[in-house]
Amino acid sequence: MNTSSNAAIDNPMEFAIHTEKLNLWYGTFQALFDIDLDIKQGIITSLIGPSGCGKSTFLRSVNRINERLGYVRIDGSINVFDHNIYDPAVELVQVRKQIGMVFQRPNPLPISIRDNVLFGYNLHSEGKRASRSEQDGIAEDALRQVLLWDKVKDRLDSKATELSLEEQQKLCIARLLPVKPGLLLMDEPCSALDPKGTEAVEELIWELRGKYTILIVTHNMAQARRASEECIFMLMGKVVEHTATEDMFVTPRKQETADYIEGRYG
Amino acid sequence: MFETSELNIKNQRVQRLYKLLFLMMTMLLILPVLLILGTLVVKGGSVISIDFLFTAPTDGMTAGGLFPALFGTVWLVAVALLISVPLGIAAAIYLSEYAGENWFTRIINLAIINLAGVPSIVHALFGVGAFVLFFGFGTSILAASLTLAIMTLPVVIVATRESLAAVPHAFREACWNMGATRWQTIRRVVLPNAVSGILTGVILEVSRTSGETAPIMFTGAVFFTPFLPQGIFDQTMAMSLHLFVVSTQVPGVPEDLPYGVALVLIAMVLLMNSISIGFRTWLRGKKKW
Repeated sequence: MNTSSNAAIDNPMEFAIHTEKLNLWYGTFQALFDIDLDIKQGIITSLIGPSGCGKSTFLRSVNRINERLGYVRIDGSINVFDHNIYDPAVELVQVRKQIGMVFQRPNPLPISIRDNVLFGYNLHSEGKRASRSEQDGIAEDALRQVLLWDKVKDRLDSKATELSLEEQQKLCIARLLPVKPGLLLMDEPCSALDPKGTEAVEELIWELRGKYTILIVTHNMAQARRASEECIFMLMGKVVEHTATEDMFVTPRKQETADYIEGRYG
Repeated sequence: MFETSELNIKNQRVQRLYKLLFLMMTMLLILPVLLILGTLVVKGGSVISIDFLFTAPTDGMTAGGLFPALFGTVWLVAVALLISVPLGIAAAIYLSEYAGENWFTRIINLAIINLAGVPSIVHALFGVGAFVLFFGFGTSILAASLTLAIMTLPVVIVATRESLAAVPHAFREACWNMGATRWQTIRRVVLPNAVSGILTGVILEVSRTSGETAPIMFTGAVFFTPFLPQGIFDQTMAMSLHLFVVSTQVPGVPEDLPYGVALVLIAMVLLMNSISIGFRTWLRGKKKW
């Protein structure tokens, strides 16, 4: 696999995401308070916390899709790979290309599997479109990375929307890969899937570790524990604790964390 | 415990009564359609022949066929669509994919609704003033088609907006999140999925346009001409006006001739509608989400 221009490997810096005093408001409601986070490059970090704690809000501000709502105001900074993504000079299209996003509900486009995988790639290589065989190679590579190739290689031209939810979600991950993003954001990627699908997608996420920096929001604590290396616990818009996953689940430092992971609220 | 009570029986009776009432109203709806078609076929069916379709009227329009009118209507509708479809689709794309909700779009929406509500005779007079006289196109296919185009524009816009709105928002989100611009999203995902609805709207529009009389009678359609139009600056006969003329303006027309003309006109419209419906069904069958 060709990962030579992969940002996660090229960039020598330690942190993929670095935020300073990040505050965020939806209108007059403040959703994030003074978030200072350093998220390490090349590992899987999970974000846990009860509903409404701001974990999804944080995730969505890392690739700036929050601002599409129009009434979101942000204060402080988010640096991704050492660049402030809220700098006025930043090209949003590049942000979206370098930072891939996976949603709760798989959202494949109503086109063929092959076209789905190549969609982002073709968007970002307009004018000098790769040859058919090159494109085939790219699609195969991406589908292999998400462990989907063997299942779909004989029906690349059938509609992506005909796949099972688990396969659709894998496809949604696959289509991010050809443009070689450094960072993958996942917003509860397994919550629409059945237990078997969840297991398969978790396995895939674990497989991608090292090649990409992955930040994953999850409601499922067992998932955070199984599928992440570092874990961030958020509560009411604030970061309570950020440690290695095994430490958080074995010896949480804060009382709130302990209460949450023991299921006293959720 | 579970026996039918008096009240149950009474409620059931009322319920059946209402069902019957609604069914009868529905039947009432299709009655006119059947009556119109039946009358036309019975009274006009005898004049329909290949000759009737492909020859010009003769003997002071009391005999012969209706080819110049049929040909003229095709011209008028085609030119009108060439104008209104690109314009309407472009406007609809702007309104549903780009424009936000603000005073400007509200004014435009209001204008579209009002444009749709303008009576066709007013459109006709506007066409005379604007296209025939002011722009100097004279009474011509161009002037008549422009008038028809303006009249049909709201329908194209509304049909297009509805089909665009029917494309799930998640597809747009998915594209944007991969860094697609609005146009790339529209071009690659939204339009391909909306095209069936847009085309249906357009074809339905064809049928409506082909039946319009008022907007063309002062702007480009004529009572009678033995010549077929050679270009968009020529005058032409048209089906709808021809029907009006043979029904009311010419003495001595055999009774079945106007019915024959009406039958051809309605057959044309129904054919367009069936094509449109068939096409939509086919396209819908192809997409799955």
